[in-house]
Amino acid sequence: MASIEIANVRKGFGAVSVLKGIDLTIASGEFAVLVGPSGCGKSTLLRLIAGLDDASGGDILIDGRRVNDLPPRDRDIAMVFQSYALYPHMNVRDNMAYSLKLKRTPAARIAEAVGGAASKLGLEALTERKPRALSGGQRQRVAMGRAIVRNPKAFLFDEPLSNLDARMREQMRFEIRKLHRDLGATSVYVTHDQIEAMTMADRIVAMNAGVIQQVGSPLELYDDPANMFVAGFIGSPAMNFLEGQAKRVGNGVEIIVGGKAFCTLPHALALPEDGHVTVGIRPERIGIGAARGGTAEAVVDLVETTGAASVVHVDLTGQAMKIFTTERLQLAHGERVPLAFDAGHVCLFDRASGERLR
Amino acid sequence: MRGTSLSRTVKWTLHYAALLAYVAVALFPLYWLLRVSITPNDILYKQGMALLPSKVTLDHYATVVGKSDFLLFFRNSIIVSGVTAIASTLLATAAGYAFSRFGFRGKFWIVGLMLVTQMFPLVIVITPIFSIFGVLGLTNSLTGLIIIYTAFNIPFATFLMQSFFDGIPKELEEAAMIDGATRFKALVEIVAPLTLPGIVATVGFCFTGAWGEILFALLLNSSPSASTFPVGLLLYSTRGTVEFGPMMAAGVLALLPVCVFFFLIQRYLVQGLTAGAVKG
Repeated sequence: MASIEIANVRKGFGAVSVLKGIDLTIASGEFAVLVGPSGCGKSTLLRLIAGLDDASGGDILIDGRRVNDLPPRDRDIAMVFQSYALYPHMNVRDNMAYSLKLKRTPAARIAEAVGGAASKLGLEALTERKPRALSGGQRQRVAMGRAIVRNPKAFLFDEPLSNLDARMREQMRFEIRKLHRDLGATSVYVTHDQIEAMTMADRIVAMNAGVIQQVGSPLELYDDPANMFVAGFIGSPAMNFLEGQAKRVGNGVEIIVGGKAFCTLPHALALPEDGHVTVGIRPERIGIGAARGGTAEAVVDLVETTGAASVVHVDLTGQAMKIFTTERLQLAHGERVPLAFDAGHVCLFDRASGERLR
Repeated sequence: MRGTSLSRTVKWTLHYAALLAYVAVALFPLYWLLRVSITPNDILYKQGMALLPSKVTLDHYATVVGKSDFLLFFRNSIIVSGVTAIASTLLATAAGYAFSRFGFRGKFWIVGLMLVTQMFPLVIVITPIFSIFGVLGLTNSLTGLIIIYTAFNIPFATFLMQSFFDGIPKELEEAAMIDGATRFKALVEIVAPLTLPGIVATVGFCFTGAWGEILFALLLNSSPSASTFPVGLLLYSTRGTVEFGPMMAAGVLALLPVCVFFFLIQRYLVQGLTAGAVKG
């Protein structure tokens, strides 16, 4: 186990700057998830930690030692690739044993380590098979096994579940998390799937356009996003964004959307001079029905039901919104419904910069 | 249903008839080579185009093996083709890997230059090469031929190898390097076994190219001690006569090693020639 420190790391490909000064510390034993849309630089950052690419600037430290100039083999890290990258001409056992063989580990010790990993991952019956004779989930497990036999300082995961179907992904999410709990190894996990990030991370590192947007626990990012990017990226269905006006009223802030009163925040904020703001509210923080003290009225567009819950698409003074509810409401297209907003969970953002107003 | 199965039968019959016709046309010269090589001289011109001679003899083979320098030519050809194939493949593998995996300054121009070498007929450069090799003492030597063949094989062989390397995901090497291998070890232990069909195809391509080459072999090497078998075949054709029997017998013997070679590698070759074409 080891900590990973990244100090002002930059990476450019020609004129394109992919990472623009990343500072991040991942504590020993922590499960950190780098999340962001395609092209945000998360995989590049992982490859820099692995040593597969060279940083254009800055320092990368593993266990307190600067590793910028070390080749991947000397960094003592293990990596699980999106494509699994199993050696096609070797069977499962040899795939898992390869790193130990390279280290000239005694055969008995290799057999023990491979056997242990295989039993931990339920691969005992498959050790003689070649990768092409395995299912996606099994290949994924072999890739994991290859990583854990080495007992490395840190595990790196590059979107390891992207090639699996939804059910298998859910199961592997759980297994990887359990494995981390058992091994307690420092892990850096890259994904574009915010659900993976929310369910697996000790800490999420949200990235966009080569810049870290926010670092925090899953619920910190969910409840207290630093900007519109994080607010919109984390959470499904995504946070609603509405164009509105905000003005100070006594100790609070009155918000107006589409010319009508939306809600009043109970605390003061630093507002832009013209009062133009983006109002953010999570779909589950909106109540439907007059009984909830609904102030604004919206028109129902569409209802999507999953069984356990429903997402109601409504139109509020010309702006689309989603409402998440576990109630089984009978709503028809075009029906007018009163909405109540949980003012304690409304976020305001600067419309120009997208930064959270605090 | 009846109509469909009938039309299918007709289609397949035509299909196989066309294939058979093609195979017959392609293999007929080989058959004729064999036929003439076992036909005694006295009936060679008497029996016209009969498919089988009335009498069969192995005299021509005995003449070729026992009373000519054919074995020497044969040995020279094996040396030149073998060394050319190995040297070209090794160099093309290294170059193809570099083109496939690395970005480096001048890559575009090097690839362009290599393409240029494939654009003109070799006859154009034969005179300058002859004069340069003369100065270097590389005429009348097998080394000279090996250098020429290797040089002319490398560009195409490099492109061939590059396409095979392009088909191998680079994550495999990266995984090996993270597992503790150097890049070279990852190349040898992970990438090379997966590229084996490509390597074998490249060896085959270079070997046969050198085996049948006659232009340089004829012009650079005039002494029998440094001649390869295609040049040797020409010795059976003099101004006055052509000794068809021994010439054909020598041709059959020269075909054998190539046939054996391709028989051994054909499994890899079919895989190899298609594997590089489609990625993944």
